[in-house]
Amino acid sequence: MIEIMPKCWNKATKPDLFCPGCGHGIVLKHLGYAIDTMEIRDKVTLGIDIGCSLLAWNFFNFDTVQTHHGRTAPTMLGYKRAQPERIALAYMGDGGAYAIGLQSILHAAMRNEPITIIVVNNENYAMTGGQASPTTETGTITITTPLGKAKDSVGGLKGPELVRMMADKNAYVARTTMANPIVMQNMIKKAIKTQAETNNFAFLEILSICPTNWRTNAKESLHRVVEMEKHYPLGEFLKEDK
Amino acid sequence: MSNKLITGNDAIVAGALDAGAEIMFGYPITPASEILHNWVKECGKNKKIQCLQTEDEIAAGFAVLGAVLGGKKAFTASAGPGHILLQDALAMAENLRLPFVGIMMQRGGPSTGTVSFGQQEVNLAIHGGNGDGLRIVYSASSILELYTLTIKAFDSAWRYRFPTIMLGDGYLGKMATTLDLPKPLHPVIAKPILPGRTTPVFLRNCYSNETELNGHLNNNIRDWRDNFARMAESEIYGVKTPKVLIIAHGIVAAAAKDAIDVLRKEKVSLGLFRPITLNPFDHPSLLRAVKNATRVLIFESSLDQLSYIVKYNLSGSKIRIIENAKPALAFTAGEIVTTVRKEIND
Repeated sequence: MIEIMPKCWNKATKPDLFCPGCGHGIVLKHLGYAIDTMEIRDKVTLGIDIGCSLLAWNFFNFDTVQTHHGRTAPTMLGYKRAQPERIALAYMGDGGAYAIGLQSILHAAMRNEPITIIVVNNENYAMTGGQASPTTETGTITITTPLGKAKDSVGGLKGPELVRMMADKNAYVARTTMANPIVMQNMIKKAIKTQAETNNFAFLEILSICPTNWRTNAKESLHRVVEMEKHYPLGEFLKEDK
Repeated sequence: MSNKLITGNDAIVAGALDAGAEIMFGYPITPASEILHNWVKECGKNKKIQCLQTEDEIAAGFAVLGAVLGGKKAFTASAGPGHILLQDALAMAENLRLPFVGIMMQRGGPSTGTVSFGQQEVNLAIHGGNGDGLRIVYSASSILELYTLTIKAFDSAWRYRFPTIMLGDGYLGKMATTLDLPKPLHPVIAKPILPGRTTPVFLRNCYSNETELNGHLNNNIRDWRDNFARMAESEIYGVKTPKVLIIAHGIVAAAAKDAIDVLRKEKVSLGLFRPITLNPFDHPSLLRAVKNATRVLIFESSLDQLSYIVKYNLSGSKIRIIENAKPALAFTAGEIVTTVRKEIND
């Protein structure tokens, strides 16, 4: 099995610590393939958030810093300003991006900070036991919404759509899904290229699964992540000309 | 002597430049805003230095951490409520031993308080995090010292790798004087902490078990203790081992010096112990200074925040300790003279 690992993975820390069936493993594998094929292992610095993403603190063979909850975007944009030749990746979950860290995400987008933000959206705070997050959809039962999540104005926060309103027209803003790894890998590459080649802000949300907290088996997990696309449409969001 | 008037906040910016700082992240707050304004002006003159006005102090703090990871001397300046928000980044800096530099111009608190003066951020600066307070905390007591201690803050942060705070206050920041600034001889050299070499660097502040974290903390504590003598600083003014010892820091200590100058003519055995670092606290020098003392008078513009430190370090001593605490209110030299005379005549 070892030869199918991305070359930039840190083999000493595999098998990884994510729960069996976790979406992060698939996302990080394709992030690894993207970095391998773009031949940028020696140029990348990774920042990771609190929550399940923190388990990737020694996942790759390149410099990685684990920050505080919601603080990965400001940390990595500070790094990028100090090291403009390097490629700064900020990797986080939906809680870190859309609840505690939203303010920093929106301002980074508005200022067109040349960093690449990857948000893994599994509709819950998974590390802390499956509490509702801003992306938990209306009616979903979680440990903090035992009667189903109350209806809110958007029925689950749509990050890329919100970021698109704030971002520069040359920024890359997109949503993809780990259920379609080939497309996902392609979009990860585009998000990295946006920073590396055009020095613009890039924001990619990836719909993902959480079998542990969703209490779903493999088939049900896949079914639910495909269902998520009804509320969270996939694709690249372009700036409309005004 | 230069004829040009410079304010305390000007002196801080001059100090940051002379220390080799290359980037500032900040959010406006009185009485520290002029540091941001002046740094922006400097950026207009020198394309090698950068500034970013962030969305809040939380982002400013973490952007400082990102920039130091990239090897730049970076800093922020804030006060009161902003100092509270910066504790998030300070806690990470304490755990990961990152050379965060924060200039905190104290204002009255709690909450929004006043925008002018206070010494109520001593506990916050030292113990504001969910750790054990391994932060170097300087307290400046003059405009000159705002300059020299800013340089020293960068130097200590990068040399010892503990987050470093310099406390000033709104009075010091906004008052002006003529001053010749002594250039630093050898500012410390900053290198990237995440340099992107073949062997990767992994930084985490999340541990899976208690023993592992305790081991990591013990290493930090050992470094803290090993460097104590190099980090801890204080000044004695007046009689070296007096009968009556005043203890004060910051601008209150400046008033105490004036009081000592007045009382010198009255042949009072009087001296001042002024901690330059509130943390680590230079207790060996304090213990030498109190050798002949029968009375210690503490003056501070906060409720016993300095007293707690002093009393802990004098525990077991029979010396009478008199606390003069006026939260958010300054002391004049005249007031200190009156208090000392009353104490002596009692």
